[in-house]
Amino acid sequence: MNITEKIIAKHAKKEKVVPGEIVEVDVDYCMANDATICLNIDIFKNKFGFKKVWDPAKVVFLIEHQLPADSVNTSESHKKIREFSHAQGVQLHERDGVCHQVMFEKYVKPGQLIVAADSHTCSYGCLGAFSTGMGSTDIAAVMGSGKTWLKVPETILVDLSGKLKPGVYAKDVILKLCGEITAAGATYKSIEFTGSLIKNLSISERFTLCNMVVEMGGKSAMIAPDQTIKECYQAQDIDWKLLQPDADAKYEKVLKYDVSKLEPQVACPHFVDNVKNLKELLDTPIDQGFIGSCTNGRLDDLRIAARILHHKKIHPNVRLLVTPASVTVYQRALKEGLIDIFLEAGAIINHPGCSTCWGACQGVMASGQTLISTANRNFKGRAGSPESKIYLASPATVAASVVEGKIVDPRRYL
Amino acid sequence: MKVWKFGDNVDTDQIIPSQYLVLPTMREMAQHTLEPLAPQFAQQYKAGELLVGGHNFGCGSSREQAPTVLKELGVKVIMAQSFARIFFRNCINLGVLLIELPEANELEQGHEVKIDYTHAKIINKTTKKEYEMVPMSDFFKKIVNSGGLVDYLKNKN
Ligand code: SF4
Repeated sequence: MNITEKIIAKHAKKEKVVPGEIVEVDVDYCMANDATICLNIDIFKNKFGFKKVWDPAKVVFLIEHQLPADSVNTSESHKKIREFSHAQGVQLHERDGVCHQVMFEKYVKPGQLIVAADSHTCSYGCLGAFSTGMGSTDIAAVMGSGKTWLKVPETILVDLSGKLKPGVYAKDVILKLCGEITAAGATYKSIEFTGSLIKNLSISERFTLCNMVVEMGGKSAMIAPDQTIKECYQAQDIDWKLLQPDADAKYEKVLKYDVSKLEPQVACPHFVDNVKNLKELLDTPIDQGFIGSCTNGRLDDLRIAARILHHKKIHPNVRLLVTPASVTVYQRALKEGLIDIFLEAGAIINHPGCSTCWGACQGVMASGQTLISTANRNFKGRAGSPESKIYLASPATVAASVVEGKIVDPRRYL
Repeated sequence: MKVWKFGDNVDTDQIIPSQYLVLPTMREMAQHTLEPLAPQFAQQYKAGELLVGGHNFGCGSSREQAPTVLKELGVKVIMAQSFARIFFRNCINLGVLLIELPEANELEQGHEVKIDYTHAKIINKTTKKEYEMVPMSDFFKKIVNSGGLVDYLKNKN
């Protein structure tokens, strides 16, 4: 079995599982955020008729999509979330940051099986956990029972070799892969990343890769934990053997990429797989930049952007929104002086949360405007008006572009 | 059934844009269904008409509000060349029938289509073409036939 199959088999209490098989599994954590929790609660109480969550320590709720509340409707829904959380004793994070970043910092451990009412749940594969997104009815069922059904996915092995050139990042790699594999190319499947590139990537960069697997339709992502991960979790009781593929592990296919020659990439409106080499888009005018989200709102992302923006001013016609992915990231960025650099450059700093990434609050785009963003989706209207446009790129590309008011190659600033 | 035709990669932000998710009722939310792609959809769609998409229908966020607003407007069946994973799961859980039809791109806006469940056939009355329907797996059929996951689990226990 490969790692994904081994984790599923363990949680299904079975010796072996094969792709296509439907199994019932025990869940280690179930998470939901304010975009959908009220619907989950409604289904939990009124449709299933559950009274109590199965284990309050294992249910994690976060208010971070629409934070701080920007309307009475939002505030009413936050109130319901608080009331339910307090009554049930579930873990509630009201200000700690983007759900996946907080899960990654405070809960997820290698080898766990986690489901959440959010599509980018696939991110935890970066730690060697099986994780996948589901809708509210599924999550309400898990909240009540601690169990769910899963169809064991086929796994595509993506072998990444070579070294990235300066100015080219994990984000450029995953954008390139979205372009190659396409938006539906991994539908129902798991993607396992392997190869010599991976061991040189920080956990944060691995997170970026796994995060965007869902943009190719993927169900889950996986990276076999190596020394980097083991060092972080050495004090924990983790079955590391489980987290390596068996010698006869099967994969649906193996895709090999050498990243040595990769150039900065940009996903163009309105599809994540509409990916081009940045040089084809040079000088495209932009109105706003966004640095944040669960894809690229971590400390290393902010450091890269700050290096470029140090002693610079953003273009007078452009706005830049910087939203650290979590309070922990925010505090470190403050201590390192990164936030000062952004403020000096003319940026708006937001409290950690989803912010401009999902277009329901903070930095919403008007018709005819163009956003360049470090997030993971550029669907029509994702950041506001359906008549606005979104380009997706690395934090370096976004930082360099807001200085000039148009898409530029970040390598000129490094 | 009359066809409402959409293209490839119809994502959940198109089905229900994020700014409407805070509306207090599904009925209010449903008034904005598919608004970015077809602003008149919610007003003109009549319950029971057939929604048809291309590849990767329902991709993007996990929001169950997407299939729920469709159900609220009376959508019972969606046909597409392929469906995104979470949307697929959500529809099954809500008891909305999904039919994967590789030739769904041949159905056009306004076509009249009949689904013959007994003979597993889809008949396009406008073009007079017939298509084989690939049956859903038994596990999913059981959930849809129970009316969704809630009733399926209740009956099971
Ligand atoms: S930052 Fe964006 S992609 Fe990540 S959880 Fe929030 S809305 Fe979703």
